[in-house]
Amino acid sequence: MTTPARLPTRQLIAPDVPRFDTSGLAPATRDALAELLLTLADDEFVAGFRDSEWTGIAPMLEEDVAFSSIAQDEIGHARVFYEMRAQLTGEEADRTAYGRQPHEYRHARLLDHPRNDWAYTITRRWLYDTADAVRLEALAGSSFAPLAEVVAKIRREERYHLLHLDTWLGRLAGHPGPPRDKVADALETVLPDAASVFAPLPAEDRLLADAILAAPMADLAARWRTQANTRLNELDLRQIPDAAPPADGRRRDEAAVAEGFRSLWDEFTSVYRSEEGVEW
Amino acid sequence: MSPTVAVRPLESAVWAALEDVHDPEIPAVSVVDLGVVGRVEAAPGRVRVELLPTFVGCPALEVMRGAVEDRLRDFADEVEVEVSFAQPWTSDRITPRGRERLRHSGFAPPPRLVDDGRLLPLLPVAECPYCGSRNTTLENAFGPTQCRAIYHCTDCRQPFEQFKLV
Repeated sequence: MTTPARLPTRQLIAPDVPRFDTSGLAPATRDALAELLLTLADDEFVAGFRDSEWTGIAPMLEEDVAFSSIAQDEIGHARVFYEMRAQLTGEEADRTAYGRQPHEYRHARLLDHPRNDWAYTITRRWLYDTADAVRLEALAGSSFAPLAEVVAKIRREERYHLLHLDTWLGRLAGHPGPPRDKVADALETVLPDAASVFAPLPAEDRLLADAILAAPMADLAARWRTQANTRLNELDLRQIPDAAPPADGRRRDEAAVAEGFRSLWDEFTSVYRSEEGVEW
Repeated sequence: MSPTVAVRPLESAVWAALEDVHDPEIPAVSVVDLGVVGRVEAAPGRVRVELLPTFVGCPALEVMRGAVEDRLRDFADEVEVEVSFAQPWTSDRITPRGRERLRHSGFAPPPRLVDDGRLLPLLPVAECPYCGSRNTTLENAFGPTQCRAIYHCTDCRQPFEQFKLV
């Protein structure tokens, strides 16, 4: 028996993922929701793969374990978002996760940056997780019950990540000399992209009208900035500038995909691309 | 919800059978004691079980799902095992017997959940499962699996794991 390439080779609803009730969604709502889920999934997927790059080479054994565990959590979150989207769109989750070209991914530009050194990783990761926490809070009361339910579960896990990253940020920033300098340098590089997590979504109005998202991304960005700046101020670090989230914060030009993401993409899609259509 | 209050004999029998299915990562504890079984519906010819993931990306879930299906095959022609987030699994779902079994196999049971809405909960003290001391320190909030943290007992000098508060 031959299986044509690109056709799903397993059932669309993975057996260890809930059957989400998507009945009663208007087509425009369904499309807007699918777009939102793609941004959530891509963010967690790319963040998780970046975390896994530290497996075996973190500055200490405890961090090898911690970052590997966090990576596993994040990729788990990504998977459930991809699977939820698959049930809305009919496109198989693995194909979405591994079968796109680099410019088709919708993660925030903040996550394009390579992992660089430990202080850089902690700094960028802290910015992403503080932003993600505000975004998840805004989704916790979503009118789309399956999303609200998954988000409730995810927030319980994310608290551990944020606590871990915040502890590290404080530890590094509070240590004069190279640790503090490296955090300050990292902030200088990544801060201009930090608000990209809140880049406006194409169908945001629809998500707001249907109460799938509690507040506009621009409002969430302002909320996050206030919270994060309080902590940065405590640590006597540079503040997040007061600017609207970049409209193109999740869009990529085919000809100009950031090298930091292209190399990660090369790696995480290499198995999938080696024999497309095969079930691993 | 609790297996002990099930009054229908077939459902009671299914709950009892599920006690034979163990967590592959912590074999001392059954899926019932872990609180992973959310619901059982049983009618002649058809059994439906709902499982609640401990962590969203728990790789043991698919193993548990398969084991539940295998264990229940004799009960009905149609055995349906579904996964749900509709009621979130929390570490408070672990039964008193589950907590006791965790302790016996060297795991500190999770502290009781105090969900006061704080973004960053204080990490609670774990009680050493070997000597009962509370004079312990958190070594790593992340352990060998998603649901486990690593502690060290200052009194008996034994490293141990805690099932995380989630």
